[in-house]
Amino acid sequence: MAANTRDIRRRIKSVKNTSQITKAMQMVAAAKMRKAQQVAVAGRAYAELLAKVLRSVAAGAEEGAHELLVAREVKKELVLVISTDKGLCGALNTNLLREVAKFDPAKTIFVACGRKGSQYLARTNRTIAAEFELRDAPAFLETKTVSKFCMNKFVSGEVDKVTVVFTDFVNTLTQTPTVKTILPITSLEVSTGISGAHDAGKVEATQGESVEYSFEPAIGEVLSAVLPHHVYFQVYQMVLDSRASEHSARMVAMKSATDNAKQLIKDLTLEYNKVRQAAITTELLEITTAQMALG
Amino acid sequence: MATLKLEIVTPEKVAYSDDVDGVVIPGTEGEMGVLPMHIPLMTMIHPGELVVSKGNDRKYLAVGEGFVTIDQTSVKVLTDMAIEWEAIDESAAEAAVKRAEEAMARKHELGSEEAAAVQVALAKSLAQLHVKRRRRNV
Repeated sequence: MAANTRDIRRRIKSVKNTSQITKAMQMVAAAKMRKAQQVAVAGRAYAELLAKVLRSVAAGAEEGAHELLVAREVKKELVLVISTDKGLCGALNTNLLREVAKFDPAKTIFVACGRKGSQYLARTNRTIAAEFELRDAPAFLETKTVSKFCMNKFVSGEVDKVTVVFTDFVNTLTQTPTVKTILPITSLEVSTGISGAHDAGKVEATQGESVEYSFEPAIGEVLSAVLPHHVYFQVYQMVLDSRASEHSARMVAMKSATDNAKQLIKDLTLEYNKVRQAAITTELLEITTAQMALG
Repeated sequence: MATLKLEIVTPEKVAYSDDVDGVVIPGTEGEMGVLPMHIPLMTMIHPGELVVSKGNDRKYLAVGEGFVTIDQTSVKVLTDMAIEWEAIDESAAEAAVKRAEEAMARKHELGSEEAAAVQVALAKSLAQLHVKRRRRNV
């Protein structure tokens, strides 16, 4: 027999410990996931209506009425990477960073949100303009600081395009890494996700009716209030989506880890019993042989 | 009789959605009453009191900052707060006002971003108190 019983016992014990930890992490992630999913989904009605408002405003505004609407030739691009702080969440960050790797490092500056993203950017020697840390349940104000930073870079002319790389939350089992341009504001789509199909139908219906709105106060003032707010809220929603994705991915990863550990324990126990049985048999054999020799 | 479809949406939820006869909104340019067949209009609101009338029934809500889109058949309110007056917790709002006022007193220590946020929080809490007290005294 290759392994003795003590070694196997020790292995079983260590695997059991690991499975306890992964089980605990799974439970924690599940609880956080439920909350994060709720928040992420709840914001969608607001985002949808905001986009609708924006569309009507933009329809009434002339070409280039606001600096956030002006598309320039892209010489420099800013990419905001929303990643997780912690690992142990399956392939989530790997998939996300694969999207990040596609950007040309010479023409891009990065803003990192989350430790995993900033570690990756530092490791690959990319230009990092700023790093932000967000709490687990991010407040609107915190994400506003991030989006404001990006918007200032755009307004000052330092960059000509702002793109966000984040993980879109589809459902507990599916999270897709997504690349989305937020500045300049050109396409006025709503972040979809769960309610995707449902939203799309509604949006089309409202596009049919083109109503001329009057504005109070003047259109310029309404624009300069709505547009930044739209950007802030979009980033906020993306962060929420990323958080919901993170917890979902972690829960799934931890669940499979726990399942694997259980299977391993089962196999090891079988092995252990076999070894034990073999040892007993050998011992019995030795005793009988010894007795026969004496007799 | 024509009615208005009123929708009040906050980042957390759809706070109100019903057919109503009229609504008074706290616009940045002053209070504004909206009845069915209003011309299409887009405007902004301040923290304050929003009154919904439906038949003889009146509903009072404290709302925060946001945007309003009005057309002939509907009013859509996009705001960061919407609480019906019965649901306002007066003591909590008072505490919030106190906290915000204290924070404002130390304004120079805060960044401009934070100061602005405190200012908004203060206005929102005051709006809650205003709505609550006015209803209770009626």
